[in-house]
Amino acid sequence: MRYLPKSTSERREMLDAVGVPSIETLFESIPEQFRLKAPLNLPAAMSEQEIIEYFRARSSENSVGYTSFLGAGVYNHLRSVVTDALIQRGEFLTSYTPYQAEISQGTLQAIFEFQTLMCQLTGMEVANASMWDGSTATTEAVLMAERLTGRHRVVVARSLHPEYRQVLDTYTRNLGLRIDEIGFTGSGQVDATRLENALTSETAAVVVQSPNFFGVLEQMPSLAALAHAKGALLVVSISEGVSLGAVRPPAEADIVAMEGQSFGLAPSYGGPYAGVIATRDKFVRQMPGRLAGETVDGNGKRGYVLTLATREQHIRREKATSNICTNQALCALAVNIHLCLLGKEGLKELAAQNLAKARFALDALEKIRGVRRAFTGPFFNEFVVEFPRSVKMINAELLKHKIIGPLPVGSYFSELTKRGLFCVTETMSRAEIERMAAAIRDILSKPI
Amino acid sequence: MKTEEIKPTDRIKTVGRHISRNEGLIFEESAPGKRAFELPPLDVPAVDPRTALGADFVRDSIEGFPEVSEIEVVRHFTRLSTWNYAIDLGMYPLGSCTMKYNPRVNEFVARLEGIATEHPYQPQELSQGCLKILQLLMNCLTEITGMDSGTLEPAAGAQGELTGLLLIRAYLEDTQGHPRKVVLIPDSAHGTNPATAVIAGYDVQNVPSDERGQIDIARLKEIVNGDVAAMMVTNPSTLGVFEQNIAEAAHILHEHGALLYMDGANMNALAGVARPGDFGVDVMHLNLHKTFSTPHGGGGPGAGPVMVKQLLEPYLPIPVLLEKNGQLSLENRKPKTIGRVRAFGGNFGVLVRALAYTLAYGPGIRQATEDAVLNANYIRKKLEDVFDLPFNSPSMHEVVFSDARQKKNGVNTMDIAKRLIDYGFHPYTTAFPLIVPGAMMIEPTESESKQECDLFVEAMRSIAEEAATDPELVKHAPHSTKVGRLDEVGAARKPVLRWKPKPKAL
Repeated sequence: MRYLPKSTSERREMLDAVGVPSIETLFESIPEQFRLKAPLNLPAAMSEQEIIEYFRARSSENSVGYTSFLGAGVYNHLRSVVTDALIQRGEFLTSYTPYQAEISQGTLQAIFEFQTLMCQLTGMEVANASMWDGSTATTEAVLMAERLTGRHRVVVARSLHPEYRQVLDTYTRNLGLRIDEIGFTGSGQVDATRLENALTSETAAVVVQSPNFFGVLEQMPSLAALAHAKGALLVVSISEGVSLGAVRPPAEADIVAMEGQSFGLAPSYGGPYAGVIATRDKFVRQMPGRLAGETVDGNGKRGYVLTLATREQHIRREKATSNICTNQALCALAVNIHLCLLGKEGLKELAAQNLAKARFALDALEKIRGVRRAFTGPFFNEFVVEFPRSVKMINAELLKHKIIGPLPVGSYFSELTKRGLFCVTETMSRAEIERMAAAIRDILSKPI
Repeated sequence: MKTEEIKPTDRIKTVGRHISRNEGLIFEESAPGKRAFELPPLDVPAVDPRTALGADFVRDSIEGFPEVSEIEVVRHFTRLSTWNYAIDLGMYPLGSCTMKYNPRVNEFVARLEGIATEHPYQPQELSQGCLKILQLLMNCLTEITGMDSGTLEPAAGAQGELTGLLLIRAYLEDTQGHPRKVVLIPDSAHGTNPATAVIAGYDVQNVPSDERGQIDIARLKEIVNGDVAAMMVTNPSTLGVFEQNIAEAAHILHEHGALLYMDGANMNALAGVARPGDFGVDVMHLNLHKTFSTPHGGGGPGAGPVMVKQLLEPYLPIPVLLEKNGQLSLENRKPKTIGRVRAFGGNFGVLVRALAYTLAYGPGIRQATEDAVLNANYIRKKLEDVFDLPFNSPSMHEVVFSDARQKKNGVNTMDIAKRLIDYGFHPYTTAFPLIVPGAMMIEPTESESKQECDLFVEAMRSIAEEAATDPELVKHAPHSTKVGRLDEVGAARKPVLRWKPKPKAL
């Protein structure tokens, strides 16, 4: 087998050196009744070419050739080939967690740079080396707020991504945390009056997402003021990080939980992505996840190490801030490289293109009779549109045009039927946007 | 004329594997106006962000954000990469990490258009390829583990552990009316086990090991009662030894209405040889970035699928994979589900790689397991005369020595590990499991040739000799790397966790 670097005679030599007649002897510590007598029933071994053919066949059974207007937490953005060329270097791809700092300086310095970039983007003071994704990062941020305040109630905006909310529920159900949900107004933003009324001296955190699930931006300064007035922390979840190229960061937040997928990670049917938690320096000791810190060696040479490990599971075990061990390191490296490639001007321009394309698409849609935007608040590259008929039916027709239409919002919010969530990024050409609008006009012009 | 002496402390050193350039941080290399990526021109009317968003929401430039050219990005990260050790360079004898070869075909197929490009919310009828991949992987994993069903959603082993415990909790609440209070965890367990139990809402109680380093069955009988929800066990244990009494332990737990959770981190000793489902395990996780070759990438991503016996199937997280009339779909409705453990279904790209690995081996996966166990036993045989072996039990895929003999000269496991770096190897796992003071946990995996194993043995024997004759050399290792031992105490006392721009001169 091509992955096994031993010949039959070498195996024999080694068995002799160990002093056993056969390999079976080395499995005698397994009680006999549990030792398998026959090979497993698995598909026959494949050559490299057969493996490629298998996956090529699967790839042709998916959505190649379709134009998609989906966002909702996973975004199509341009990716440079340079990123893959670098992360595929064996020294990055096949390296281990940098516990042995002397031979992991590449990984550690890259993590340090990643932590810096995340602070610069979010306006926070310190960031970690990655969490599994935006949904678990948001959940861990809430648990962190609970630890910091010693309080056990959380007020969550209903406009938080529904799947993020489900993950939060799964994690906190057994921990005595009470979650109160606050709805949204016609602007699409969280109802600040209701939120204020829901805050008590037992509230650990206010949780909002911005841009939220509907693509609408939340008002950070006023939300922070409301939370802080009651001694609660403001937790901000961000799933479309490119927005930070044009939108002011949530500098008033106490903890930011961000999804980094927009920065150079392929959609890849749901993962792997890269979450991150960023916060204020004073909260760092309650922060989950790995942290790379700057230090010096015995000769005064600058180097980097994993630090503040007493927060983590391998040191503190049941008293750890989180159980996280393996994180999303290589994805975070890809995010790092992607952001360096974009740079200050590139990110700004990218965000501006998103603003332009989304508004062009909304304009085109609103020119269709009976079609209008559902919310009034400011938005980045996602918006909800109200249609005169079922989005599922419109989408079924759009598929015939090889267009994957907006996400039916009614699937998540039962009172918001006939509404679709569009995402339009820099990757969508004008021609495709116009083709989509023309197709929808055509579909709506026909009787049901 | 005196020639200039090059002292060992000079900042620029030429060393074996690592190109020692004093490459700074990317921010230190930035200069205004440089950029590395150009976007295609905008084909719709431009908008002014300030107008589009309003003054309250718009942002100025990000201060200190990198400004470099493409070649500078390439050089920067290429140089950084040369300071890393990697599997592609040589052995990582890290116990319980299973640092095996990361096949490149896995990388290729994960990047195919139609695989890498798919959105988790696209129509199911346009996702049959992805769903078939999930189905086949699940079938292979149930076959390998001897379990009945499972979920591919968890993002890592630790998340798999949490999922597993939440399943146990849901089952107990549903069938017995209450979740019980305690999870039993051996003192040799990985730190994620107790950390996870706490998040699942349980108290942790330690199960001691007996004099052979195995679960103390006599003690277990005493402590299992109606308060115990489950025991979490790693098998083979973190000593690399098969738990002889695992079936009896399962029986004791089941008699009391409790369940057995297996941490599958050491599955590399079992695949194709024995199946956890056969020896009484009710629920377990797998580490795809260990046993199934998906790359560690400097710390992740991984995946921690959870495999269950039928009794836990009703509680599996959503979404679940269903088949109807030859069409696959992901279903979000499941009456007794514990809910969702992460958004969007799972680390699909990692799952693709694990399937590619499994397809490469087929039933021949047993050979990989045999080679892994042979390598570990070969190394054990060649080192047991120079290093202390705290437990004499047969090793499977990893062996645990201790530094007891070398300690007499003041040389400990960390020192030996650091000296191993000078010989061109990554250290083994130091100081774990906790039940072995001064532990040296060595797992070569099946990816190591006889030559590499011999080189490792030679290096370790040489270090043992140095520990006896020149201990200071070992205690101050490594000597050949870009940086020497770093001040970790200082790093924690005064944390510097990000770069900051220098304050502008007034």
